[in-house]
Amino acid sequence: MPDSDATVALTAQAIADGVRAGTTTAVEVVERHLAEIDRREGEIHAFNTVLADAARARAAELDAQVERGADPGPLAGVPVALKDNMCTRGVPTTCSSKILDGWKPPYDATIVTRLRDAGAVIIGKTNLDEFAMGSSTENSAFGPTRNPHDTSRVPGGSSGGSAAAVAARFAAVGLGSDTGGSIRQPAALCGVVGAKPTYGAVSRLGLVAFASSLDQIGPFARTVHDAALLLEAISGHDPMDSTSIDQGPLELVAELDRGVEGLRVGRITDLPEGANPDVNARLEEAFDALRAAGATIVDVEVPAFGYGLTAYYLIAPAEASSNLARYDGVRFGLRVPAPDTNAMYMATRTEGFGDEVKRRIMLGTYALSAGYYDAYYGRALKVRRLIADDFARAYLDADVLLTPSSPSVAFAFGDKTADPYTMYLCDTYTIPSNLTGHPGISVPFGTGEAGLPVGVQVLAPALGDGLMFRVAAELERRAP
Amino acid sequence: MSARITPEVVSKVARLARLTLSDEELERATVQLAGMLDQFADIDALDLDDVEPMSQPIPLANVLRDDVELRSLDRDEVLAAAPDAEDGRFRVPPVVGLAE
Repeated sequence: MPDSDATVALTAQAIADGVRAGTTTAVEVVERHLAEIDRREGEIHAFNTVLADAARARAAELDAQVERGADPGPLAGVPVALKDNMCTRGVPTTCSSKILDGWKPPYDATIVTRLRDAGAVIIGKTNLDEFAMGSSTENSAFGPTRNPHDTSRVPGGSSGGSAAAVAARFAAVGLGSDTGGSIRQPAALCGVVGAKPTYGAVSRLGLVAFASSLDQIGPFARTVHDAALLLEAISGHDPMDSTSIDQGPLELVAELDRGVEGLRVGRITDLPEGANPDVNARLEEAFDALRAAGATIVDVEVPAFGYGLTAYYLIAPAEASSNLARYDGVRFGLRVPAPDTNAMYMATRTEGFGDEVKRRIMLGTYALSAGYYDAYYGRALKVRRLIADDFARAYLDADVLLTPSSPSVAFAFGDKTADPYTMYLCDTYTIPSNLTGHPGISVPFGTGEAGLPVGVQVLAPALGDGLMFRVAAELERRAP
Repeated sequence: MSARITPEVVSKVARLARLTLSDEELERATVQLAGMLDQFADIDALDLDDVEPMSQPIPLANVLRDDVELRSLDRDEVLAAAPDAEDGRFRVPPVVGLAE
């Protein structure tokens, strides 16, 4: 990618070190990133809102802190791209949906507070598939985001805006949300690192809910180290999220240089087929790289892995149909006037939601409706258990597992929009860890078709985030 | 299973979800929903009788906190973000009295 200025190529760690030491200023860093946004955002469309003035003011405030001898924190002056489904007080939060048109949240998401406490600068709110439902960012009400590596192709989704913003150096790091792969798949397609931590490691307060038992916030970065740094800063217990795990922040950075000597890396022998040959070739090279680094490769079976897609596409829409019932024109966003409340609900929702969101709401409503509940939602919850049990058995023999992140490199616009199920298959390898609550990370590992980035996914058991990052760091060191 | 998916079923589901579908949308939704449920039939053959459903990833008991007053959201700020408000309340069209 063209590198217009060295400052925008800096890692979050380098920026924070420089700002804290006074060798660079947060204002300088922010200006350079805004210049990069000016140069290429018209082509990429990573953002729904660029917060140029707020970022400049925030940067000046951070520089004043440093001037006074205060330490702004581990992310001092680091520009962060925030997915536009995370609440920012007084700043539009759209979920890339018409139904939230004009809504300004009356509170900050917990991760926003933590970013501020760590000294970060929010540089903009990024585009997504409407309500995070999609794998290409083509479902945005505000138009698609384009992949910085090839603008005729999608960036992946649903966090395509954050992935593209980090790949295009509009921000040093970004945050996304991952319900079925929405961080890891766009990370793979945009050639950046993307991690979904263990469910409950990061507070969901202020993350607009899609499927509450699956949603988790996580980092995008251009290095594994930066992803670890950012995730450490936002993780840890939040009393305002009752599903938040009652423990301190994840410890990740200290794990990165430990290597993989003696670790058992699992190859899933009954992994569902469907990954392209270029992706499978990189995966094999990743196994070879870890073996060369001293790990042992072991074969494991996860027989229920392939049922993940079905379980997910019943459970996630079911939860979504319930969560999205709140968009009725009463309390926030769009209202389409009508003579009575019921007609107003119907008119507002019909006008405000896009096709994919309606499709999932209806699928979920069907799966939960009387007469079908046991056959669909009920059975899906049991399949979820089978998958969790299978992974638990696999982790008796392996410390981590390696799979593709995405079945293919970035695909062209319109390639998978004709049949919704074709798009759903993008999530085959990422979905199981949302169902189980386990962490997963996608690490860039060479290129495939048309010279486009390929990601390899490292999976670990619940709260194995440190181990997962350790393996990811080794893959990064040995990437082709 | 998808033999059950008829336009009438989809129409009912849309009504439950408070969505209005045009005839063309109804037809397309019926085909798509049936197609998806066909794909999802892969789990039909599984014996799940003795499997405990799993509704959340991390086992949690009730999460309680001390019964102390906390600051809540600013009322004016919340209402300012609503489509319509009056006298400190959300304003909506009539709830009863108008037949559908």
